[in-house]
Amino acid sequence: MSVSLRIIKDKIAGRTMLVLTVLSVLLAVLIGAGLYLRSAPLLESHSIWKLLFSSEWKPMKGEFGFFPYIMGTLWVTAIAILIALPLCLLCGIYIHEYAHHRIQKVIVPFVDLLSGIPPVVFGVWGVLVIVPLIADHIAPHFVEFSTGYSVLAGGIVLAIMIFPLIISILLEVFGTVPKELKDASLSLGATQWQTVKHVLLKRSLPGIIAAAVLAISRAFGETIAVLMVCGNVADVPHSIFDAGYPLPALIANNYGEMLSVPMYDSALLFSALILFVIIFLFNAVSRYVLSRIEKKYA
Amino acid sequence: MRKLEENIFKILMIIASALVVGSFFLIVFTIVKKGLPAMNLDMITKTPERGFYIGKEGGILNVIIGSLYLALGSSLLALLVSLPIVIYINLYLKTGSWLGSVTRLSYDVLFGIPSIVYGAFGFTIMIYFGLKASLLGGIIAVTLLVIPIMIRTMDEVMRTVPKELLDASYTLGATRLETVKILLRQSAVGILTAILLSFGRAIGDAASVMFTAGFSDNITTSLTDPAPTLPLAIFFQLSSPIEEVQARAYASALVLTIIVLLISISARILTKRFSKNKI
Repeated sequence: MSVSLRIIKDKIAGRTMLVLTVLSVLLAVLIGAGLYLRSAPLLESHSIWKLLFSSEWKPMKGEFGFFPYIMGTLWVTAIAILIALPLCLLCGIYIHEYAHHRIQKVIVPFVDLLSGIPPVVFGVWGVLVIVPLIADHIAPHFVEFSTGYSVLAGGIVLAIMIFPLIISILLEVFGTVPKELKDASLSLGATQWQTVKHVLLKRSLPGIIAAAVLAISRAFGETIAVLMVCGNVADVPHSIFDAGYPLPALIANNYGEMLSVPMYDSALLFSALILFVIIFLFNAVSRYVLSRIEKKYA
Repeated sequence: MRKLEENIFKILMIIASALVVGSFFLIVFTIVKKGLPAMNLDMITKTPERGFYIGKEGGILNVIIGSLYLALGSSLLALLVSLPIVIYINLYLKTGSWLGSVTRLSYDVLFGIPSIVYGAFGFTIMIYFGLKASLLGGIIAVTLLVIPIMIRTMDEVMRTVPKELLDASYTLGATRLETVKILLRQSAVGILTAILLSFGRAIGDAASVMFTAGFSDNITTSLTDPAPTLPLAIFFQLSSPIEEVQARAYASALVLTIIVLLISISARILTKRFSKNKI
């Protein structure tokens, strides 16, 4: 009797956990569906083409053109990844291939600590250091006037925020490259850098791309730090010293306050939906690629 | 020529690494340098008094307490949800099972969803249930945000628990439910690390609590009270044109940075010290 009771308990617990697991996996679907339902009124009354490519943003008249915000997001993200990827590649290769064990032990913890710093602190730092740096020292060489609150400031702050993500994934990917391959290259007389270039980087190319895509999607959705340093002007930026107004900042600045304007609520949730869909796809693809790499060489 | 290329890249790599590590120090240095002069005992022991937002007396005790409640509440709630899920995929499912891979992949993906989306989604749930911006609303949104962190961290540790140990338990006639004890004991450090990491993320995130937790000058006393939080306080204070108030933003940022760094460092020490003693 007691045996069967134990087995029944085990079965019940198993079923309960199964239900919980399946439900939790559906969370992503639930978020997508919820955002879609709430932005449906906007999608029904406006063409999606016009929403994405019009610059007319007049909520009071019912016109919602997301183009400036989408461009703001793209500028900031592009700058961030252009700064971060080369630096992180060099840093990752150094940690993995060149650095002495003791130096590794110093660098890696600090990269970890960097990942723990809250976005708002990055924002404060950006306002204190990066914005004045751009306004006083960088921008004057190129343009007549810039307040410093610009897509460049957003890009630099974001770049630092995505360092830890990229480096940790790169290190994982580099770890899957078999040592024998590198040894073979070295024994043929290749220098260490040549081995890195022709063996390590070549072998880890899919992983490096996956890391970059993940970093892009992280930069895409970052809100508060970008909101603090980008200037939030709803125009399409034309240079890196122009202010920009990325999508997440749009949501953060207006949501919860402007709900009395018809469709405004739908419009903001539509921008959340855009973010969600793009980031979901980017993440799903790159995580899938990474898990394949891991499985192949594990 | 080869030698030259080798050396150039080596120098570039060292510069890049110095920039990465240096950015961490630069951030901490800036926050300490600007925050320390504005720091005083009143800041962390008093709530805002009249005229606080034009630079008069008071502190941010309400905000610190609100943040702690929020982070603690959501970490615990997230633990309650996550624990059964990781136990299920590690103990009940066979290795390489389809459901296991789908679950892991979906949490990897959810981990990447930005907090502003969780915030907006949390807010729509709150409207649906007629909830106002409150500690409870904030806890719901932040719990959604930290569940993926929790599951990923615990899963990573539980996957390394030797299968032989679990088999030994089964051989002795224990059911899977009874074997959970062994799994938990072996991964206790991982669970603690997961709680710390979630707490650190929860206390530092601004975008998810912006619409869901609200803000007030009073100390939160119930789940339906608005819960003022540190990141939002920093954000609001910094956007003030008054210098004294901006200085408070720096001091608040210092408080947040110290809390978060203490948490990250203890999580690291924990993982280091205890992972050695495991079988």
